[in-house]
Amino acid sequence: MSKLLEVENLWVKFPTRTGVFDAVRGVSFSLGQERLGIVGESGSGKSMTGRAILRLIRPPGMVTADKMELEGVDLLGRSEREMRKVRGQQISMIMQDPKFSLNPVMRVGAQIMEAYRLHAKVSKKEAKLKTIAMLEAVAIRDPERVYRMYPHEVSGGMGQRIMIAMMLIPDPKIMIADEPTSALDVSVQMQVLEIMDKLVTDRGMGLIFISHDLNLVSSFCDRVLIMYAGRVVETLQADKLHEAEHPYTRGLLNSLPRLDAPKDRLDVLKRDPAWATDESVSG
Amino acid sequence: MSGIEIEGLNVWFGEYEERVDAVKGANLSVPKGGSFGLVGESGSGKSTILRAIMGLAPTWSGKIEILDKPVENPRGRDFYRAVQMVFQDPYASLHPRHSVDQVLSETLSLHGFTDIDKRISKLLDDVGLGPSFRFRYPHQLSGGQRQRVAIARALAPEPQILLLDEPTSALDVSVQAEILNLLTDLRAEHKLTYLMVSHDLAVVGHICQDIAVMQVGEIVETLGVEDMRAMRTKHPYTKHLLESSLQSAAG
Repeated sequence: MSKLLEVENLWVKFPTRTGVFDAVRGVSFSLGQERLGIVGESGSGKSMTGRAILRLIRPPGMVTADKMELEGVDLLGRSEREMRKVRGQQISMIMQDPKFSLNPVMRVGAQIMEAYRLHAKVSKKEAKLKTIAMLEAVAIRDPERVYRMYPHEVSGGMGQRIMIAMMLIPDPKIMIADEPTSALDVSVQMQVLEIMDKLVTDRGMGLIFISHDLNLVSSFCDRVLIMYAGRVVETLQADKLHEAEHPYTRGLLNSLPRLDAPKDRLDVLKRDPAWATDESVSG
Repeated sequence: MSGIEIEGLNVWFGEYEERVDAVKGANLSVPKGGSFGLVGESGSGKSTILRAIMGLAPTWSGKIEILDKPVENPRGRDFYRAVQMVFQDPYASLHPRHSVDQVLSETLSLHGFTDIDKRISKLLDDVGLGPSFRFRYPHQLSGGQRQRVAIARALAPEPQILLLDEPTSALDVSVQAEILNLLTDLRAEHKLTYLMVSHDLAVVGHICQDIAVMQVGEIVETLGVEDMRAMRTKHPYTKHLLESSLQSAAG
């Protein structure tokens, strides 16, 4: 399998008044044409890892890595100008909440068209046809009508599908989805995931799926990285999640209430300080 | 004796063409000491029922009885002594410039308690925080600790009924387990009645004995937790909800 993305020893640091805070500490992984999940609690550095790949961390934050390559080409040394060609066209990112990531004063169609025309030299007419086809691909009924709507007129689930359409239209090689469904209801969640899954598989893209929901990730991804305090504590094949060995992963799994296995008290995660200081596992 | 009795509750917002019926003809009854869960998608009106009980929704009709007495309009001090609410987002529901001590002592003095100092230590102990948290501000606390403060504040007037509006949805799963255990312990210790709103069926199934499923403002089905676990549902929507939540849990 050819590697789309390779990351070795990635660190993200933020200077604070009390010294340097390490948000991500020595994370290494590689991504092929597969679905890779990154799971962890808030503050575990999972979103920071996603942002660091796109070089979206602004000073005073610092990103260092021994290696961060997209198809063998270095990402860290590129200028801002060159990075802009990477973002969207080669690596795109879906953010958590469509309410905050769509432009509220621009019609849906115009926003998607803008994303497309920035990266492809096509006429307006062609771009419009492609946009409507893309809206159809993300299972939006009546795409002509949605094309003319403003973001506040669409529901959360539809907004997230519009985001997916916008991110897929430049045909990137890698998509980073940062909690794409946490703002949605359970019933809509599965629908959005199915659409994303189908599009990613059809196009042979690599997907990095960032989420705090262990079960969701294991049912959706091929491989899972589990992060704790900025480092990867365990990597697993998603279907073997329930054979996880690291006490942190086990603790997370056991702390969930379950409909099919009721119990009086839930297990509470007991944190071992060693988890935070051990070496990162590579995946 | 019944804790909460609701019959034919309607809640609406706006007038004439702009009128939106958020809750339509809802019936539910929670026995004293019981725990009842409301589930449904966002916008189905589950939080609106809680707000109507608390007197936070201005336009409603129907019958709301708390501890066998119809509620007054506006709600009096006795009402708020018996019924308290814990809100969804602990980051938004605590005053950022009031310390834990101020938050709790304000509530206590409003309800006419005099032994405030002793009660604050007791409340912090009850929610598992301890005296070192007493003079901290919300920004010095984690999400789970803030939710514990919010629960302590709700417990301050020694209520008999707690309304819980998605108390764990803003928290991590590991912290969620701690808060759910705390809620279970508190209910046993103080003999509380819970009415809980959540979109997570597993959470509701863990805390509640009876569950009502809501869809676009109406309660479509009320069932016991055993029936829910065994998938003995009558309404197709309940089935759909259960299936999607089992699907995401099964892996």
